[in-house]
Amino acid sequence: MSERVAVKKTYKLYIGGKFPRSESGYTMPVVSGSGEHLAHVAQASRKDARDAIVAARGAHAGWAGATAYNRGQVLYRIAEMLEGRREQFVEEIRQGESVSARVANQQVDHAIDAWVWYAGWSDKHAQVVGGANPVAGPFFNLSVPEPSGVVVAFAPQEQKGQSLLGLVQTIAPIIVTGNAVVVLSHPSQPLPAMSFAEVLHTSDVPGGVVNILTGERASIAPWVASHSDVNALDLMGAGELDWASLEEAAAETLKRVYTPVKGVPAVSLERISAFTEVKTIWHTKALG
Amino acid sequence: MSFLDYSPAPESTSILKLQKQYGLFIDGKFQGSRGKSFATISPATEKTITKVVEATSADVDKAVKAARVAYDKVWSRMPGSERAKYLFRIARIIQERSRELAVAETLDNGKPIKETRDFDIPTAAAWFFYYAGWADKLEFATGGATPQSHGVIGQVIPWNFPLMMLAWKVAPALAAGNTVVLKPAETTPLTALLFAEICQEADLPSGVVNIITGAGKTGQALVEHRGIDKVAFTGSTRVGRQIAKSLAGRSTALTLELGGKGANIVFDDAPIDEAIEGIVSGIFFNQGHVCCAGSRLLVQENVHDEVLSKLTRRIETLRLGDPLDKNTDIGAINSKRQLDTITEIANSGEVEGASRWSSSCDIPSKGFWFPPTVFTGVQASHRIAQEEIFGPVLSVLTFRTPAEAIEKANNTPYGLSAGVWTEKASRMLSVVDKLQAGVVWANTFNKFDPTSPFGGYQESGYGREGGVAGLLAYLKTPIRTGGRK
Repeated sequence: MSERVAVKKTYKLYIGGKFPRSESGYTMPVVSGSGEHLAHVAQASRKDARDAIVAARGAHAGWAGATAYNRGQVLYRIAEMLEGRREQFVEEIRQGESVSARVANQQVDHAIDAWVWYAGWSDKHAQVVGGANPVAGPFFNLSVPEPSGVVVAFAPQEQKGQSLLGLVQTIAPIIVTGNAVVVLSHPSQPLPAMSFAEVLHTSDVPGGVVNILTGERASIAPWVASHSDVNALDLMGAGELDWASLEEAAAETLKRVYTPVKGVPAVSLERISAFTEVKTIWHTKALG
Repeated sequence: MSFLDYSPAPESTSILKLQKQYGLFIDGKFQGSRGKSFATISPATEKTITKVVEATSADVDKAVKAARVAYDKVWSRMPGSERAKYLFRIARIIQERSRELAVAETLDNGKPIKETRDFDIPTAAAWFFYYAGWADKLEFATGGATPQSHGVIGQVIPWNFPLMMLAWKVAPALAAGNTVVLKPAETTPLTALLFAEICQEADLPSGVVNIITGAGKTGQALVEHRGIDKVAFTGSTRVGRQIAKSLAGRSTALTLELGGKGANIVFDDAPIDEAIEGIVSGIFFNQGHVCCAGSRLLVQENVHDEVLSKLTRRIETLRLGDPLDKNTDIGAINSKRQLDTITEIANSGEVEGASRWSSSCDIPSKGFWFPPTVFTGVQASHRIAQEEIFGPVLSVLTFRTPAEAIEKANNTPYGLSAGVWTEKASRMLSVVDKLQAGVVWANTFNKFDPTSPFGGYQESGYGREGGVAGLLAYLKTPIRTGGRK
């Protein structure tokens, strides 16, 4: 009796809550650590990136306008969904990173815990970084952080122990405050990124809040860096690209830029604040 | 003489004891330079006030080195409680010399003495007083992370609020433990040089504050200098963009406070008389040389005619003239160049089809002046609705629904300020939530306070000045980690 033939997944992009193929028709082969063919992933084009930015812009206002309690629950729901599908991620990490089941399990644990940590910040960040300002006059004066808007993020390059975790550490601090994000996953590890899109898709994250692209990034990077409808550029994971040129292109519309770091922070309040703007409100006080 | 005419009441300039020529303030001393000297003039009379020098790149280098030595040897090692006392001293001396500073500022900038006397100089003193108190409490601002200063800060400030902008930059930088090299604007160096004297009087250690005068070239040499750890710039979006580009790929930190095209939204249930005063102060305060000016008036269609008729009537009462006169409301435009810019953009408003109305006030024969001007029938695509004019020119647009007001207000690449006028608090708060602006004034406009963060969204720049956010802009970003180790 012959062994059963496995049904393999077609990997596509995640844009606006849908899973389209690349409009370019191009794909990129993905191989395991030992050189075995694993899958083809979509090679996102400039047009795909623009579509993703349009989707993110469309989703931003609704997500930013959701209550902090609601956003916190959605982020927590991502942790729940990830926990439920941990076996799939353990398997993909083992294959892609050539690590033991124990190490793969640890990475999934950390990824889930990171979502829980960030979920809790949704209704606390404004209390820690904002507040009342005691101005010298009859005014109510309050400062609150607001999301910057649409962020394009480069998922980190570190492969070992990072293919899922690095993605989570990129996305979670950006979306918790109400930003929408377009993630350019790292070309060395696209499979957990696209499986993670399936988790997002079943976690009550509104379509367009997170968009994930796969493929080689250098050719589309300058286009997203100079795109006028992008508010911030997260280059945390763009260290191997010519990121100085990307930062320079981003300066044309004065985007906020998060430059590459050595070692992605496990969890970081600073990364949450980096993609927010402080808004200050003044109102007169008077009895009559 | 009508009831609106007042006898002249000029503030005397005898309180000023100016040098004929000022050098550069480097390492605690006024020093000579090989740079060429240039006059700083009064824009109200075009007369020379004094001469200053255009710092060369060698001077910039010397100033940055002095700041580095002061940082390494003195300022970074001094306990915060001691740094605080120097800043409190500076605040007090600004208060003590406030009338002299107000006269100098009015002379050099052209803004009315009532503004420098009652706003610019008191606010500058308040800024030092506020940040002085932070110097020994930094760990309470960083949420537990060890506070770390940047080192040497390069600061470039504009001409619209010369001493106040200096205070916004220098006070938090010093409180956080940095040393600074500051370049005042080409046309308004005077109060920065008087501030250098104040640093001497306060016995501030040499090199902690260095002040170099000059124009754009000096500023560029400063912000691109390799010895600078952080750049803080206030000025045009065009220059801010250039600075951001020149620092791309470098570890130099950067905060930018740039231009704006603020929307002042008046709903039909607004307290109209108060709104009129707010519209006037929003755009005519400081001749409209305000990055956060309410330069676009968005008025609900059904009260448009009432608001416009009251507004133009009120503008006719504004007194334009000698800035040193205590009754003057509108002073001189800061420079010939700025007057040309305002004139050119205002003319485009007429060409593009908007209706122009200007106050019938008399324009003095000498100096640079522009009458308070209002454009009605403005379309969102007009240059006068899109570009920052930085002068006393108001563009009026209308709306029907709150949603339309929000859409029009946000229809700009800028995002610095906005105003909302309504007696309905629930509507006000909902509109405020949806405005892309770093500062929103509700039933007031153009209010500033050292405790209150100020700064923009989008192309109005990044970083905040004032409050805790303004202090954190002068500390290195801590990578704070929590939860799992």
